[in-house]
Amino acid sequence: MTLTDKAARAAVTSHGRPSGGRSGDDKSAMSYGFVALYTVLVVAFGVLPALYAVYLAFTDGDGGFAGITNFTKVMSDFRFLPAVAHVALYLVIWLVALVVLVAFLAIVVHAVRVRWLSKTLRLVFYLPGALAGASSVLLWLFVLDPTASPVSGLLHLFGFTSFVQVIVPANLPPIFAIIAFWTGAGGWIVIMYGALNNISADVIEAARIDGATTVQIAWRVQLPLLRKWISYMGIMSLAAGTQLFVEPQLLSQASNAVVPNDYSLNQLAYQYAFQQNDFNGAAAISLLLLVIALALSAVFVTRGGLFERG
Amino acid sequence: MFRFIRAGRKGPWLRVIGGVGASAVALTLAGCGGGGGASVGSYGFAQVEQDDKAPITVWVDSDRVGAADAFKKANADVKINVVTYDGSANGSNSFRTKVQLFDRAGSGWPDVVFSTQNNDAAWASQKTNGKEPFAAVLNGGLVPKATLDAFTEGSLAPCTVEGKVYCLRNDLAQAVLWYDKSLLDKFGYAVPTTWEEYQALGEKVAKEHPGYIVGTVGDPWTPEVYFWGSKCQANGITGPKTVTVNVETTECKRAATMLDTLIKNGTTPNISVFTPEFLKKYSGKVLMMPGPAWYAGAIFNNPQSLNVPKGQLGVGAPPAWQGDTAVTGNVGGGTWFVSSHSKNLKAAEKFVEFVTTADDYQVNVAPGFPAYAPAAEKWIKKQESSGYYATDLQALVKAGSQIWTGWGSGVFSQEAIWAKTMTPAIAGGKSIADLLPEWGTAIKNQAQVNGYTVK
Repeated sequence: MTLTDKAARAAVTSHGRPSGGRSGDDKSAMSYGFVALYTVLVVAFGVLPALYAVYLAFTDGDGGFAGITNFTKVMSDFRFLPAVAHVALYLVIWLVALVVLVAFLAIVVHAVRVRWLSKTLRLVFYLPGALAGASSVLLWLFVLDPTASPVSGLLHLFGFTSFVQVIVPANLPPIFAIIAFWTGAGGWIVIMYGALNNISADVIEAARIDGATTVQIAWRVQLPLLRKWISYMGIMSLAAGTQLFVEPQLLSQASNAVVPNDYSLNQLAYQYAFQQNDFNGAAAISLLLLVIALALSAVFVTRGGLFERG
Repeated sequence: MFRFIRAGRKGPWLRVIGGVGASAVALTLAGCGGGGGASVGSYGFAQVEQDDKAPITVWVDSDRVGAADAFKKANADVKINVVTYDGSANGSNSFRTKVQLFDRAGSGWPDVVFSTQNNDAAWASQKTNGKEPFAAVLNGGLVPKATLDAFTEGSLAPCTVEGKVYCLRNDLAQAVLWYDKSLLDKFGYAVPTTWEEYQALGEKVAKEHPGYIVGTVGDPWTPEVYFWGSKCQANGITGPKTVTVNVETTECKRAATMLDTLIKNGTTPNISVFTPEFLKKYSGKVLMMPGPAWYAGAIFNNPQSLNVPKGQLGVGAPPAWQGDTAVTGNVGGGTWFVSSHSKNLKAAEKFVEFVTTADDYQVNVAPGFPAYAPAAEKWIKKQESSGYYATDLQALVKAGSQIWTGWGSGVFSQEAIWAKTMTPAIAGGKSIADLLPEWGTAIKNQAQVNGYTVK
């Protein structure tokens, strides 16, 4: 999450910034320098491991060619389909909540005219995201335990009296979605806020002169102009969401495995690699994840018009 | 979680969720590859060139640092490097994970490893992807036969695969019937000797003293306490890669129906003993609790847990089922492994023999019930003279050799399966008797993905 946030923030701030006084050649040399650094890192920690995973996925433990046996093996594993279902349900809940609520909250915060209030809200939204991923999940272990929770009243209201009742399988997708929203949405709200700042004041003013209300401006002007940002958020969050790992893994350990340690696909890959000593099976699962994430991202790219110019 | 780790420090015998999901499909590939460059040594496994002066690396969990210290004190001439790790506890399975990575790298193995789990011999005794098994065979001459024979009967079973012993047991974790003698006397109840009496007492408690409990089912080792002790065939490991699972027998059903009755009347709550919730609700209200030996230190005599005052805690023999011999289950108990890749097997052997048998550690320092019988005898005397217990501890000693042998130590974790399939279902109000088929299927599935042939 942190990485994507940073990337996005960089994108927001660079967008529309006036160019400096340097000459074109200088600039392009500089940009090659920046890109080179990034390329080295992406090759070392992104491309090469991915290629290694492709190699592993099609070989067996002794390095011989295995065809698609690794794929058939993991897909016929009794844990595979439940894991797919878990991740899919989680993604639906989380992505819908993320897109709707982040856009809504960003527009609301942007519409707040009181300077200190707007600033405070942005800080409050952003704070949870500033906590490192695992530690913020640890915090949730307390929130979800009715005997220790600061919101125990709310949990009791839902009829939960023990930790195990809270974390029964049916509750897990919304719980993970809430945790992920809480840790991740703040950063996106700040990014959307930045994107809203980029909408020319002339456009808004023109709309207002034409008699548009705040709601109409949000719906007909701001949202359409935010489309690319929303689809960008969608892709980034999708990639992170399909890799669901930290939340179920920590909850699993904390609940003494009542939350299964093979809940998500990434956990299943982890089980294959480090519990079954089957790196090939683990690589097969990660390749499947990659394919699914790419396919879904393609939908966001085409529907969101991310790569359209202008 | 935090409680759990802390409790583990007090009563360290938490093997816990034996390798949550520990598994080993890859092990099926074993036997395909050849060995390394090592030659078959005199101890019955391939060993590398030996160097009596080579320092040995020893992996212990934080509780076993005392064992390493005691060894250093007694054997100043042996050079050892002590590395502290998590003991593979709480389902981390780090012992296996690390060894697998060393196997891939072809170097880096520690010489001696302590594990809090019972599942490790199942994988450490097998070749993986053509690599030599990690665990050295100990009964091929490396450890003297007299030493091995002096371990409590059956205590080396989790270390034994096809007649070969791959580890030494640090401590035993036999289940017994813990009870609060003062409360029992106050209420005028007798200690039950059969499970039928136990159930009847539970029903009486529910009516006469609601709020008091006679056990719990909220921990992942529930099957090991109640179903293992009832001779339920849930974990019939018959070979390195074969398991018999039949959980719809009378033996399983009787335990299930008993628990259903007691869960329903509130005397065995579905709450883990290592949660703040348990302490809040049941401190001072635990009348009885069937559970492993380490419960004494981990929950009863622990200021951060139930903190039962001196002179109240009694220990009873594991109850029998009417018309059946009394047997009991086992929940963990640590194990010591020697690496087959060690350059100094002599020193490594000396170390594991010392920490499992020497009074300097097992009697004077170790908090758990020693697996080595001569040490256990002295340890019991020491505990009894402490005056903490309201009864003698002979029931504990006897239970050590009553562990039913029909429940094995496979590479996958029974606790993880129970926690995943049964605990949430019980929380949802379902009966264990109805859930038995589902439990059986879950065990079979888990065994199969770990490369077991299921019968």
